[in-house]
Amino acid sequence: MASPVKDATAPELQGFREVQRLAYACAEAVAARLEPGVTEREAARMQREWLRERGVRDWFHLPFAWFGDRTAFAGFKVPLQFFPTNRKLEPGMPFILDMAPVYKGFTADIGYSGCLGLNPLHDKLLADLEAHRALILREVRERRSLREIYEDVERLMIRQGYANRHRAYPFGVIAHKIDRVAERRWSPRVFGFGTQSLKGLVSDALHGHRDGWSPLWSPYSFSDHPPQPGLWAVEPHLGFRGTGAKFEEILVVTDSKDPEQSAFWLDDDLPHVRRWAEERVAA
Amino acid sequence: MSLQDVPGIRERRVSTGGIELCVAELGDETRPTVVLVHGYPDSKEVWTEVAEQLAEQWHVVLYDVRGHGRSTAPTPLRGGFTLEKLTDDFLAVADAVSPDRAVHLVGHDWGSVQSWEFATVKRTEGRIASFTSMSGPSLDHFGHWIKQRMSRPTPRRVGQLLGQGAKSWYVYMLHTPVLPELAWRGPLGKRWPRILQRLESVPAGDYPTPSLPNDAAHGAWLYRDNVRARLRRPREDAFAHVPVQLITPTGDIFLSERLYDQLELWAPQLVRRTLPAKHWVPRTRPDQLASWISEFVAGIESAQVDGRPLPDPAPTGAHADRFGGQLVLVTGAAGGIGRATAFAFAEAGARVVAVDRDAEGAARTAEMARLIGSPAAWGEAVDVSDEQAMEKLAEKVAAEYGIVDVLVNNAGIGLSGSFLETTSEEWKNVLDVNLWGVIHGCRLFGKQMAERGQGGHIVNTASAAAYQPSRALPAYSTSKAAVLMLSECLRAELAERSIGVSAICPGIVNTNITATTRFAGADAAEEKRLQKRTSRLYGLRNYPPEKVADAIVEAVVHNRAVVPVTPEARAARFLSRFGPGALRGIARLKPPL
Repeated sequence: MASPVKDATAPELQGFREVQRLAYACAEAVAARLEPGVTEREAARMQREWLRERGVRDWFHLPFAWFGDRTAFAGFKVPLQFFPTNRKLEPGMPFILDMAPVYKGFTADIGYSGCLGLNPLHDKLLADLEAHRALILREVRERRSLREIYEDVERLMIRQGYANRHRAYPFGVIAHKIDRVAERRWSPRVFGFGTQSLKGLVSDALHGHRDGWSPLWSPYSFSDHPPQPGLWAVEPHLGFRGTGAKFEEILVVTDSKDPEQSAFWLDDDLPHVRRWAEERVAA
Repeated sequence: MSLQDVPGIRERRVSTGGIELCVAELGDETRPTVVLVHGYPDSKEVWTEVAEQLAEQWHVVLYDVRGHGRSTAPTPLRGGFTLEKLTDDFLAVADAVSPDRAVHLVGHDWGSVQSWEFATVKRTEGRIASFTSMSGPSLDHFGHWIKQRMSRPTPRRVGQLLGQGAKSWYVYMLHTPVLPELAWRGPLGKRWPRILQRLESVPAGDYPTPSLPNDAAHGAWLYRDNVRARLRRPREDAFAHVPVQLITPTGDIFLSERLYDQLELWAPQLVRRTLPAKHWVPRTRPDQLASWISEFVAGIESAQVDGRPLPDPAPTGAHADRFGGQLVLVTGAAGGIGRATAFAFAEAGARVVAVDRDAEGAARTAEMARLIGSPAAWGEAVDVSDEQAMEKLAEKVAAEYGIVDVLVNNAGIGLSGSFLETTSEEWKNVLDVNLWGVIHGCRLFGKQMAERGQGGHIVNTASAAAYQPSRALPAYSTSKAAVLMLSECLRAELAERSIGVSAICPGIVNTNITATTRFAGADAAEEKRLQKRTSRLYGLRNYPPEKVADAIVEAVVHNRAVVPVTPEARAARFLSRFGPGALRGIARLKPPL
């Protein structure tokens, strides 16, 4: 749909930045309201309502919420298990809020990990995610194949002692392409996914199939190609014995020759990035 | 060492209701007091080693129950041993040794039976801070237990009744008049020390004391004065008013584990511990008892300081009652099965020593282990094939962390390729790590375990390749078959020392071993390709190392000899016994690489 972005100053990136910030603001607002006894369904509804009040009408996918060992996708076998349940939040429990709103035709897909009260293990997982953000960016700039980067991320997770939980996502993806979405008056949803966004993804897959690339970043051979210019929602997800943590944010890949401009994170002012910076200052 | 020789021991007499009790004290009197109550037919000397260790941290008090040891006996004996009178004795001792502070109570056998009475009656409230019970149920709870099973007899309940009924044979014997006394004062009293040594592997020492025949004869009245009355009309209000730690020896020939089902109803603040041992744990497992008692007492003392109701919740992992506070050493712990095993034990509350060639990985395992429940964990960088390094490690571990309770020899490397292409250097390499690593571990740490004489467990990670021949893995399979046989031999040898040995045969598990497996006869590029390919196949099989870790923990709990884990490992094990020809046929197939 949209032409490949040339660099970080491209005006259309502003729209993506705006919706990504809106989504993270929603996650922080909802996380602040979570308390013992709140269920996943209630948390998902809180996200939906918060974003609706601010003008979101369409979704790439509806908000998810995972509590406790569901953050590590313990025992996930079928995709229906991703949907929010009546699991109640308890003190010390980790949680993940995941939402993909469409706002003014721009899409974001974010993941926010938090914890109700103190949980040193969860802190450790969050801190260890930093290395993955750096690794992914570095290797994308080196134009390695997506499959190779995927395997390197997985290797790092295993070295850190974790299990790769994004393997449990559909097609085991660590990332998928996102794009602008046509604003329609009526945009129905299938299994929680907006049809307009799915349409974009499917058409990308069809075009890509012809040209030898895929809009899904997976461990399989269809991802055995260098990163395609465009916007990628990247979501490394660590799991460790009933505790899980992830971030999800947009990585911009361009066809620029300058390595710095060839790939960059859309926004560096996000909760998890700020958290790492604060930890470094404290240390 | 005998109790009299323990440095700093102080004895005094406490009189109560016409009886003179012999009370011994150890340790700093300003510290919280731990009172140890002995069972039947014992005297306070049964506690010698436990008391000595506890005295490093607490004010320890032991006393001879009336009619035992150097305490005087009531006259007449009949009616002189009721639980009410024993409670008077305890209160007299507590008032004498710790007048203005509640004491921590520990009871074994009849000491525990009477302590249950102390911990559940009104008049001791505020005098007891905690109670650690071992091998002695409350007669009231026991009475209710029997009533429940009699009133609604399902087959299982009847089985439990009959089982405990058979284990309680001595209780009926002791109700016979005169005969038990005659036996104890005659032949039984003489032979008792040897019987104990043979049946219970109780080490010789100052126990049993020469007063045994008298103790046993007097103590028969403990049963006659209390058992029938209490079992017939158990108290309805026998609720513990203090936190209780229940230590259950799993091999107790007198008491079934089932007796403590639903104990939570009577003791709301209950911590359960299980110990693979027989009845006389104060003699056979003093280190473990002292550490659990100390930990429990310390938790309650600090809770009182902070105003919290109870110590931090115990670890929640499987078998936390069994491994809490134990020391577990795992080799090859920087990844795969070793790391998962270290984590499984950490979740059960064990202290973990993670050993690996990869220092960073071992340290990482230790760090994560602490985060999930291990009270302490250390990473050690050692190559298991290096004998001197292993010796140094064994010395360091014994000196700094203590004697290992569970040893997991897991480190191993892979080598694939036909026999004719395998060089002698490659053979040596595989045997050095896979076989000699295990030998060093068993020799050094197994020796420490055996010398301590308080049981333990050794787990050796073999492989399904140990009984499944294959043209692709001659060296690897040979090393693993040796590990399997070594484990079986060692198991036979160490059984008499209560040290279990298990061999684990995982099968195809998704670990890093495939990525580092050497391929004999392949050049570097070909080797890389083969490593990638096997890793991919193992990844497709995707059997998680966590499941192997769970199997290892279960193997230790149930002392299993050989444990095949994955379905293919079980199938191969089955074939190796009942259709070895088929297995040989499979061995001829070329692997699809």
